[in-house]
Amino acid sequence: MATPVTVPAHAAPQGFIRKYIFSLDHKVIGLQYFFLALTAVFIGMFLSLLMRIHMIWPTAVLPVIGEIKPETYLALMTMHGTIMVFFVLTTAPQGGFGNYILPIQIGAPDMAFPVLNMLSFWTTFLAYMVMLAAFFVVGGAPLHGWTGYPPLSAVQSAGPGEGLGADLWITSIAIFCLASLMGALNFITTTLDLRAKGMTMMRLPLTVWSWFITAILGLLAFGVLLSAGILLLLDRNLGTSFYLPQIVVNGQLMLHKGGSPLLWQHLFWFFGHPEVYIAILPGMGVTSQILSTFSRKPIFGYKAMVYAMVSIGFFGFMVWGHHMFMSGMSPYSAFAFSILTMCIGVPSAIKTFNWLGTMWKGHIRFHTPMLYAIGFVSLFVSGGLSGPFLAQPVLDIQLHDTAFVPAHFHLIMGVAAIFGIFAATYYWFPKMFGRMMNETLGQIHFFVTLAGTYAIFMPMHYLGMAGQTRRYSQFTEVAYLQKLIPLNTFITYAAIITIAAQFIFVINLFWSMFKGPKASDNPWEATTLEWTTATPPPHDNFGGVTPVVHNGPYEYGVPGATRDYVMQTDAAVGGGH
Amino acid sequence: MGLALMFLIWLITLVSTYFFVAKTWWLPAGASAAAAWIDGQFALTYVLMGIIFLAAQLSLGYIVWRYREQKSSPPVAYSHGNTTLEVLWTGLTFVVFVGLNLMGSRVWASQRFAPAEAGAVQVEVTGMQFAWYFRYPGPDGVYGKTSPKLMDPSSGGAGAVGLNMSDPAAKDDVVTGTMYLPVNREVDLSLRAVDVIHSFFVPPLRFKQDAVPGLNIHMHFKPTVIGEYEIACAELCGLGHYKMHGMVHVVSQEDFDKWLAAREAEK
Repeated sequence: MATPVTVPAHAAPQGFIRKYIFSLDHKVIGLQYFFLALTAVFIGMFLSLLMRIHMIWPTAVLPVIGEIKPETYLALMTMHGTIMVFFVLTTAPQGGFGNYILPIQIGAPDMAFPVLNMLSFWTTFLAYMVMLAAFFVVGGAPLHGWTGYPPLSAVQSAGPGEGLGADLWITSIAIFCLASLMGALNFITTTLDLRAKGMTMMRLPLTVWSWFITAILGLLAFGVLLSAGILLLLDRNLGTSFYLPQIVVNGQLMLHKGGSPLLWQHLFWFFGHPEVYIAILPGMGVTSQILSTFSRKPIFGYKAMVYAMVSIGFFGFMVWGHHMFMSGMSPYSAFAFSILTMCIGVPSAIKTFNWLGTMWKGHIRFHTPMLYAIGFVSLFVSGGLSGPFLAQPVLDIQLHDTAFVPAHFHLIMGVAAIFGIFAATYYWFPKMFGRMMNETLGQIHFFVTLAGTYAIFMPMHYLGMAGQTRRYSQFTEVAYLQKLIPLNTFITYAAIITIAAQFIFVINLFWSMFKGPKASDNPWEATTLEWTTATPPPHDNFGGVTPVVHNGPYEYGVPGATRDYVMQTDAAVGGGH
Repeated sequence: MGLALMFLIWLITLVSTYFFVAKTWWLPAGASAAAAWIDGQFALTYVLMGIIFLAAQLSLGYIVWRYREQKSSPPVAYSHGNTTLEVLWTGLTFVVFVGLNLMGSRVWASQRFAPAEAGAVQVEVTGMQFAWYFRYPGPDGVYGKTSPKLMDPSSGGAGAVGLNMSDPAAKDDVVTGTMYLPVNREVDLSLRAVDVIHSFFVPPLRFKQDAVPGLNIHMHFKPTVIGEYEIACAELCGLGHYKMHGMVHVVSQEDFDKWLAAREAEK
């Protein structure tokens, strides 16, 4: 184990501003990230609602908003994807829960670099504001999709929103990259250097492993996106030609020459594919933690789970080309990308087997966090199994850029990751706010959301197989797409119901924050370090005590033990796993 | 709660599976030489993934119900895992996934690594916001030169693709807004784009390829069924993406020759 580094103890904050706004406390910063993501997820969800309405009723006049035009639809779509990917799926699991829980779970008083931590939050906040500003400038938000393929994203005259809106979009992403790089450094250093005595790497909760690997992915991926974004800004504003060959847009010959639109796709997906794992790995960690806790059984195959996450992270950097099978990239390289992509299916399958193995012959308790963790497994399987279709170039001839693709990634990196966030919220809420959330509301929220999610995204597979192209604002212009409108209408209704159900969550969250029954220090009878300290934890996490770890993270049902769980700080049992 | 959860998971699984098996919505009937190959690989993948989907979801539902905590539950099986099982399912998944992939690769290789057959009909497809143009090289079999400097989308036809009429090879080139192809003859396709990326997608022909500015991408395929097929742009290209639509008419060789001759005569 690395030599523990003493953290410069930052003084307990005094005034409101140092305590809640520019706080150095990882717990406050974690909550700041969490609430930022909460506003973002509601904005992103609202945009998707407008999209679904426009697809079915393209000429509908909505109150306040008016009629949605095709270009407005594309702007909604771009902002939906971007806000969800960056400000929800990257922000909540890692910046939010990782920040709050990781230092406590390893027995540290704070992150390694508290000032850097504060800086990365406020940089994220700045990026968020710049992104939202794109809605309000002349021309509105960009219409080039969250993947921002040039030349569409690189030429101002290529469409409405490709002016200042697109510049703000790229600038925001660049700022976000900086914030994520700072965050990643902090997470890696903290995990390596600030573990309590006895907290070996192989005793880390799987949540910590997931945040640690996610941080490494972030460190390697966001730098590339940052560079790619800067080149795009140069192409747009200073006349360079990184991504632009000689083109004619709107009858106007552009003064660019010699660039390659495919260069952007390589750079973007070199970030973009690991980003999928940045979104989903923390969900895997929290699911493992919760399944073990509420099955009252040790996690099945701890080491296999760690190796699986490491190899998912490793392979995650070698598969970006599977987004480009139809792009004009060499068909030979498609071979390599395709086989490596299939290889990722292997550790993913291992994780699923081990989750089922964890619940097998357990004593399953159905608290809301457990419901969401089980839902995560179901969604992970469903979303995962469409992967081997899309990983085969020959099937992408039919499926690429059809609704099959949004079906796949929404199930696995969208909603599964969101289920991970819900599971984490219901699980750690008592620790974070000192009160319990309402179980009945939690259960209603879960059942509607799970059923609704499948009602929305399962039919999209059928649509994709039938050839429904993505990113169409309406299906009126192509005869074979018109026939698919009834199924699309069903999806829209399912989306409206599912979105409405999310207010149950918000009500539960805020009501419980102030009115929920008081939580004990360890309401779930769990084993990891956050449950050994007070609820909510004191400023230095353990009230002047440094925990010493004797056990592995998931010692449940140990034969001969006095109770059915042995905490990591209890006397060593079971061969000191 | 365990029962409710099992019920919901099983319900979702069975309803989803029903629509896959009933083929309520399915791939459009194939109309090209590659369609049978692609559909075969699709069916194989779909059967394998379907089995895994059913097995995983049904056992997930069963496990959550069967091992719910009850007063009568026996003590939990205290176990940190089983290495034999881990190795077994790792190996099995690897063989299934990679094996499946290798089988599909043959189709891909036959389509993309070899050039078009000799005597293939040559067609150049040009995508621009928000229309498709098709160019046939004419009797000389040589495409005339084009230049971005000459491109004028508002003029349509030859002007839109920037055909340089001072090039002798350009004189007999035919540029149209609708694609005609002879049945059972290979098509040697050149794909280009004027402004942004577009994607030439004809679902019944099982054909899709991006058209990228700055690249001239060569592809080949063989339509096998006479009929009219819709082209839908499959790469986001701007506000008119949803209506960037075109038609492919697959006709007999005789009709194709007649049509092409009529286009030449119009010039």
